[in-house]
Amino acid sequence: MIEVRELRKSFGAHRVLDGVSFQIEKGESVVIIGRSGCGKSVLLKHLIGLLQPDSGVVRIAGEDITRMDERELIRVRQRFGMVFQGAALFDSLTVAENVGFAFRRKKDVPPEVVRRKVAEALEMVDLPGIENKKPGELSGGMRKRVGLARAIVYQPEIVLYDEPTTGLDPIVADSIDQLILRVRDRLHVTTVVVTHDMRTARRVGQRILMLHDKRIYAAGTAEDIFNSTDPVVRQFINGESDPKDVYF
Amino acid sequence: MTAITQERIQAALRGLGRFALLGREAFASLITFKLAWRDCLYQMYFIGVKSQSVISITGAFTGMVMAAQTYFQFHQVKMDTATLAVVGVSMCSELGPVLTGLMIAGRVGAAIAAEIGTMRVTEQIDALRTLATHPVDYLVAPRLLAAHVVVPLLTVESIAVGIAAGYVVGVYLLGIDPAYSWYNMLKYTDTDDLIMGLVKSFIYGGIVAIIGCYKGMNCREGAEGVGQATTEAVVYSSITILIANFFLTLTLGRLLELI
Repeated sequence: MIEVRELRKSFGAHRVLDGVSFQIEKGESVVIIGRSGCGKSVLLKHLIGLLQPDSGVVRIAGEDITRMDERELIRVRQRFGMVFQGAALFDSLTVAENVGFAFRRKKDVPPEVVRRKVAEALEMVDLPGIENKKPGELSGGMRKRVGLARAIVYQPEIVLYDEPTTGLDPIVADSIDQLILRVRDRLHVTTVVVTHDMRTARRVGQRILMLHDKRIYAAGTAEDIFNSTDPVVRQFINGESDPKDVYF
Repeated sequence: MTAITQERIQAALRGLGRFALLGREAFASLITFKLAWRDCLYQMYFIGVKSQSVISITGAFTGMVMAAQTYFQFHQVKMDTATLAVVGVSMCSELGPVLTGLMIAGRVGAAIAAEIGTMRVTEQIDALRTLATHPVDYLVAPRLLAAHVVVPLLTVESIAVGIAAGYVVGVYLLGIDPAYSWYNMLKYTDTDDLIMGLVKSFIYGGIVAIIGCYKGMNCREGAEGVGQATTEAVVYSSITILIANFFLTLTLGRLLELI
């Protein structure tokens, strides 16, 4: 479903990704972990064509998207839903308009069908009846849920999550994890989660990829990664800082 | 050439390239009717209806000052009744479109850059793209079309209010003969003057919208980035309008056979 080969990306003189390669099968649930600023979100944005690599290939269902222009990418992106770290809800629109945004241009979908789909999506994220609220009236957890409802309302094949639990208390974070699993199981979507939250990684990931030193450092099932004896992996999983090092 | 100068020139050329590509995308979106029409109507309301007061006040006081200054000079050579003609011609061909363009750059250009800039730093533009929506169709094309349509209308309003205010000052404050004033104004203010003003304002509307959108879509991260984008949108729009005005005056003057 998703194939990344030898992906390289620099911002100015700073290289962020240097030869990243991996493959994700249809219906799989993959978590990409790594330290803050190691390029996880940059990698995720390459999967949906929000960033173009300096070199390398990203194939979605066999189609190379790295050299597509913005209009060609529109077709490919219809396969995707994406949940952003800060939810990225449109401030000027209501919750219903946000969730139903993807249907704005679809003249063949009657308004009552859009209303029903929006209500169903909000129901799935446990937020029924908030259609008329504005994003500014919602809490952080609610915003993430609305962001998820917006991403799944048109039943995409792949859902990307960028730090879905960052900034949330452990209970809300846990409920978001449950939600990711619920969406995966009910809609049978391919799930890619970028996170540095180990609880989320353990719970959601059928397979875990660890990004370290600009490339995929370790890959395996959740069990493999959490039982790894590799010092870099262990240090990250246990969240141990070295007093001699300075961390950013 | 030092490395820093070379880098700055390259950055400026890259910026011009991005600006040209944005213009091309917006034009393509307009001619293929891919833009969001509902948003276009809202933008017409935002740019047009909400700018009425500022445009009326600008037009009125410019017309009044123009009438007073012209009268002070013309009175010395006994040409009092030509005062309103000067107000009419200058409001139609220069002051109306330029001042409307500058006021719109300040009010609307800044708002466009700030809104789109905030959307960019909060990843809302990325969210649009993930929802299979081209940002140019949704954000740029509606603003561009709305500005192209509405700024000429605002200019007409500014011209009308300016001439009316000039008439009031000339006739009721300075005591110029109303009949001759009106007659001379109609005699010397040509349709071509109005056409020149409308063509200019059509172009100025596009300048304000496209520069505001460009600055917003390319703004740097954080509050400082949005602030800088907003300031640059106003400054660049205003300067572009003033420079374009000179070339448009010469070109349109030649086309309309005024010179």
